[in-house]
Order: sequence, then structure tokens, then C-alpha cells
Amino acid sequence: MQIKESSEIYDVIIVGSGAGGGMATKQLADAGLNVAVVEAGPFFDPADPVTMTQLKWPYESPRRGANTDRAFGEWDMSYGDWEVEGEPYTHAEGTTFKWWRSRMLGGRTNHWGRISLRFGPKDFKGKTRDGHGDDWPIGYEDVKPYYDKVDKLIGVFGTNEGLENDPDGFFLPPPKPRLHELFYINGAKKSGIPVIPGRLSMLTKRINNERGVCFYCGQCSRSCQVYADFSSGSCLIFPAQKSGGKVKLYVNCMVREVTTNEEGKATGVSYINKEDRKEYKLRGKVVVLAASACSSARILLNSKSRQHPNGLGNSSNLVGKYLHDSTGASAAGFIPGLMNRKTSYNEDGVGGMHVYSPWWGDNSKLDFPRGYHIEVWGGMGQPNYGFGMNPNDFNKFFGLKVGGYGDSLRDDVKKYYGSVIGFGGRGESIARKENYCEIDPTTVDQFGIPVLKFHYKWSDFERNQAKHMQDTFEELIHNMGGHYLGEKPGKDKDYGLHAPGEIIHEVGTTRMGDDPKTSVTNKFNQLHDVDNVFIVDAGPFVSQADKNCTWTILALSWRASDYIIEQLKQQNI
Amino acid sequence: MDRRKSIETMILGVGASALAFHGCNTENSKPAEEVAVNTDTKYFGRTPAELERIEKLNAERLFTDHDMETITALSLVILPPKEPFGGPIEAEVPEMIEFMGKDIPEMQPTLKGGLMWLDHKCNKEFGVEFKAATLEQQKQICDEICWHDIEKPLDEQPLEIQFFALMRNLVVTGYYTSKVGIADLGYKGNTPNVWDGVPQDVLDQHGVAYDPEWIAKCVDQSKRNVIAEWDENGNLLT
Repeated sequence: MQIKESSEIYDVIIVGSGAGGGMATKQLADAGLNVAVVEAGPFFDPADPVTMTQLKWPYESPRRGANTDRAFGEWDMSYGDWEVEGEPYTHAEGTTFKWWRSRMLGGRTNHWGRISLRFGPKDFKGKTRDGHGDDWPIGYEDVKPYYDKVDKLIGVFGTNEGLENDPDGFFLPPPKPRLHELFYINGAKKSGIPVIPGRLSMLTKRINNERGVCFYCGQCSRSCQVYADFSSGSCLIFPAQKSGGKVKLYVNCMVREVTTNEEGKATGVSYINKEDRKEYKLRGKVVVLAASACSSARILLNSKSRQHPNGLGNSSNLVGKYLHDSTGASAAGFIPGLMNRKTSYNEDGVGGMHVYSPWWGDNSKLDFPRGYHIEVWGGMGQPNYGFGMNPNDFNKFFGLKVGGYGDSLRDDVKKYYGSVIGFGGRGESIARKENYCEIDPTTVDQFGIPVLKFHYKWSDFERNQAKHMQDTFEELIHNMGGHYLGEKPGKDKDYGLHAPGEIIHEVGTTRMGDDPKTSVTNKFNQLHDVDNVFIVDAGPFVSQADKNCTWTILALSWRASDYIIEQLKQQNI
Repeated sequence: MDRRKSIETMILGVGASALAFHGCNTENSKPAEEVAVNTDTKYFGRTPAELERIEKLNAERLFTDHDMETITALSLVILPPKEPFGGPIEAEVPEMIEFMGKDIPEMQPTLKGGLMWLDHKCNKEFGVEFKAATLEQQKQICDEICWHDIEKPLDEQPLEIQFFALMRNLVVTGYYTSKVGIADLGYKGNTPNVWDGVPQDVLDQHGVAYDPEWIAKCVDQSKRNVIAEWDENGNLLT
């Protein structure tokens, strides 16, 4: 059968509907362009009661919220996790990478932690700072106007603290700290570690009449039905449609490659319709890839033609290279001062930390070059499968017996409810050419598309940083009068350093730069090799920073969209 | 139809249980009416493939009637019912264990083997199956297996010890994830509300206090429905 081709020629075809794709959709459609959005998963609206998990109780499911069908528990709003059925990926021997994919409109923005941190001036100039990695071709001053606009369009709570590398913004007021967070603030103070209000994209205050205000259920990972948290569908794509934009959604459509003409310019994309498993073509003047750093690299590498024998945009041979995730290490402590809590009030709060610690250290005096921030969790959360297991394990800290049965178990559960504080260190790793993804020609997914093979190893920089995290967590727990839970991971366990990919901040596969020999995209996210193809996910990141990547994806996608509009006007592309 | 109207219509149109934005009056700073949210219980957010798997598991049978009766009897020893909340039966703990045994098949050898061990032991000691033994007899057996060596990994300890620990975990988690168990626990969340800090009596109980400087930066909940506006330096004006 011949591949079916659409007769309509879109101004722009956007591949992927997460943060980057959503922002491009909003900006380009608002500018009057005729846009097609191609998403590999189904349509999703957080307000749809059929798919909604927000405000569900564990007893509404026979598995009580257990994580057997969704890696982060069955209420987590991500279709797909480290594994997606029928869509494998492979690894080079001796290396590891875990690849999270959300197949749905809005992608991973439906379940993410909403931690919305701007990169600071130092973060764009890593090489200048310490000789490692590379500088970005742009600086904070280039991105700042877009960060400002993103703050106002989407909404983020936080405070202006005047910190050099954690810039101020246009913040909504933050929620008050919860009880365990007050313990954290006090504990951190003893070690001289700064703590400031969290910066998360939830509406603690109204920003317009279209979106609701946070009602403090603590379930942003379930995606908010009143659109009080940032999800790409509810905050960018639906508003773009509602304001009269020409936005055509192609859902359950998995892009295979970018198609090109004799001159090597992009003419559109080919995709597999998952419903009839047939291949189709869409035609467009501009193609914007926003499929996620690794998926966009995969599409480029699979887009081989006579004009682009090495894959699209890959004359530098760097597509897929410099893949890097945030580092992460975690710990939890039992805090006796948080025992015997009154359950007289609802402390769900927002779905994430009300306070956090931005990086405070001086790397020139440490054995790792880049910093990390500390995320804090705890409190009297909703019981789900796993709650109350090992109900009196903490008895051992008081010389009491562990185990038993009977009425006393009820007392144990209540006594210890809410007495654990957890920490997540999230840091910057150095981007390395040796860490990469490539096409594995021996394996295809269920749609016949060759899959990615990962090559990724941590270095001692990341291990040393994880050791610093663990030592810090131990000190903080001690400061709070608590006990480190479990065995503190040592050198043999890489100090608890999470496997690459597990923090789900993968970036760098199509990095930007001024030199086409050492970068894939230019400073406007445009392929050096093909001027009508742009990448607006985290692929163009030169480095990750000790920040989460979403706010920068949004800012750069907006910036690239402005550039696309301008270039189309000038008929340059 | 203006934009706001169309959003309301869209959201109201999604289900029988009404979900509505109430007045977002920007002129005065009175908080809007309590937000109405969807609490439809017909669905629990499964995809068609996930629902299919649940139906498949429900159609399978892991435990015999006798097994289920034994699980029930043991559950009642582990967590006896207590007024006014109830216990494992009201919390549908045996049904949950049947489902989870299929959902996480790795647990099956321990559960099935442990149940056999229980009857064997009870028969040997008292000449009766566990479910038919007296409470005293049941406790006597449980007393021997309900403590474990906390210095040693559980999976290196005898099966009956592993079995009891697993059953205790399932019973306690099953109870506290049920409607009656959550009421017993006193958890007040999972419902729309307005977070305005830890109550004073709780702060006092745990010996902590709010820093007035910190609190001054936090949200004034009486103005949360007033649309945010800033000056050019990012200072919130509203």
C-alpha cells in the first residue's frame, strides 16, 4: 500500500505535546499559524472523569494504589513509565540508562513534580566557570525575558531572594511550610544550609479566569482537574485552541521520520497511526521536534535520506551525544520529634515541597565541580498500598521488640504516622560525548521503527557529589534528632547515586552551539543542517544545571517560536 | 460565547457529577465559594488496557474457599476489630489479599505455603485446622512466628516467619487503605481545602514556631482569587 499523504500543508508540524511542544503550539497558533500537533499517545484532559485519578481513595481500586501497573503508583498520571509495552530500548554492555516515556497529550507534564527553577547566569557558562563541559551560545540575559513571560503565563509560586544563581522572577506567593518542613528548616539552619520557599508551578493565586486555584490536595502528580497546576494540555494546548487558533491534534500517531526533498529541506513527517497501524505523511513548511530529548534524537537518526545519509541534522555526528540526566541520591530519616501527631487537620498542601535548599556550596573546594539542590518530603499523606507495612520497625530505636500482632499494631501505626522525612538531592552532571544514544539496527518497536540503544556511565564527579549528598542528609537527620533509615550507601553502592535516567531530566542530545561541527542546533534551536527544522525539547541543552529542566524548556521553546514567526515573516524558511 | 463561558461549558459537560468554577470576582477580595470538584466513583482512572488486566485478574481464582477462610481467621488475630471502626472484614482485607496475590505473583509461594504450614502446625499441635481452632490456640501458634530477627534479612529466615510478616503487612496496609481504616487513622486529606499553615496547638506540641519574616512572604488566602499582578520588578501587587 502506498503511504497516504495529507493534501493540507501545515505552516508548522509539532511532534510531541509536552512542555516544549505545548509552548510552541501556544505561541505559533496564537500568531495565526496553521499548526498540526502529532502526539504518540491518546488525547488526555485532566478534567475528564473517566481518566481522572485525582481525589480517588485507595479503596476505589482492588490494588489500593499499588504500583504494579504504573511505576509511581496507580494514581500517577503518566501513561507509560520506564517501560512502554511494545516499545523497547537497548543498552551497550556494562552501561545503563532508564528512559521514562509518557504516551499521552501533555506528555510528562501531566505527572511531573512541577519544580520550576530558572537556570542562573553561571549555569549557561559552565566551561568558563570550571573548565568542564561547554558554555552555551546564549546567556541568562537572553533567556530572562522568556522566563519572565513563562512565569506570568503559566504561574509559579516562590519568592524573590536576590540569589545570584537562583534568579528572582514573577512569583505567586508560596504556601506556608508544613510541620516536617519546619523541622527541616531548623535542622538545615544548624548546618548553615540555606532553605527558601519552594518554586513550583501551581496556582496558589489566580492568574486568569480560565484556570482554577489550588485546592491543596497534594496530588499534582495526578494532574489537576481545575487546571491549577501546569500541564501542557490544560495550560497551553487547550487555551491555544480556545482562543481560536488553528490547532489540529493527531493523537495516537507515532512519528517515524522527518521527510525531506531533493534540496534536503524538511517537507513534513511520516507517522504510524496506532489505530490502523498504517503509515501516513503530513506536509508542513516547518517541522518542530518536541518529542523529548531522546525521542527527537531517535527521529533525526531514523530520518536518513540521500541528502542526509547520517540522519537529519547529523553532519556533526553529534545527534544523541552528550546525553545527560540530573544526578540523584535519596535518603530518609525517622524523626522522634514528629511522633504522636495530631490528625486534627489536613496537611496535604500542594503536591510537592513547600521549602527547599538551593545549592550553597563552593565547588572550588570540593571534589566535584557542580552543585545540587535538596528536595524535602514527609507529612501525613494519603495511605495507599504499602502504608503501615512494618508498622513498628521504629521500635528498634527505643529498644522495643519489632513484630507481634493485635491491637497494639493500631497504636504503632498512629504513633509513627508522619514521623519520616525524606530527601532528594538533585544535581548537575557533566555532559560527556561518551554518554549517548544511537539507533540499534537490530531491534524495532511494534511499529517497525528502529529503537534507541543507550551508552551511559557515571564518572567520579557524580559519585563524589552523591557522597556529599548522603553525608549532608545524614547530618540533617542528626540535626533533627532523627535516625537515618536503612544502611547509608557506601562506595560499593556509588553512595546511592541513582541510575542515569532515573531522575527523568535527560537533556543534551541535540545540543546548541555556534559551530556546526560541535553542535546540532544553533542558538535558536534550529538545526544547523536544515533551516526549517527546530528542536524545542531538552535536546538542545548544553548542560543541565542543578535545576529541573522544564522551566528552561518552556522559555527556550517560546524563544524559538518567536524566531520561527520572525523567520517565516521574512520568508527565510 | 466568551472564553470563560466556553471553559465552564466544557468542564460541566464532562460528566454527570458537576464540576464547576464558582465566581471569580476580581473586584472584591472575598474568596470564591468552595470549589466543587469531581468525586465520581464510577471510574478510578484506568486505561482500557489496565481495566482489562484487572478484569482478567478478577476472573482468576488464587485461593480456595478454605484458604480464604484461613486468611480471614488469621487477619482477625493480627488486627482484631475495634469499635467503632471495625477490622479486616469491614476493610475487605481477605479480598484485597486475594487480588494482590495475583497482581504480585511473587508473593504466592509464601502465601500459599504459609497457609499450608499453618494448618499442618495447628493439626500437629491441636488436631484441628487453623480456622477451626480456638482463639487461644491460634494465638499460641502466632506467638511462635510473629517475631523475627531484625538483624537478618527476612528472606533468610524460616518460611513461617516470612509468611507471618507478609500477612501482617497485607492486613495492616489493607485495613488502613480501606474506608474504615482511614477513618480510624484520622487522615483528613484528599479533599478540597485551603492550606493556611500548621495549627498553633500542633506547633506547640512539637516545639516549633513560624518565623514571622517567612510567613510574611506566604500566600494571603483571603486574596487567592484576586488575579495576580506584578510591578516590573516582580513584586506582587495584588
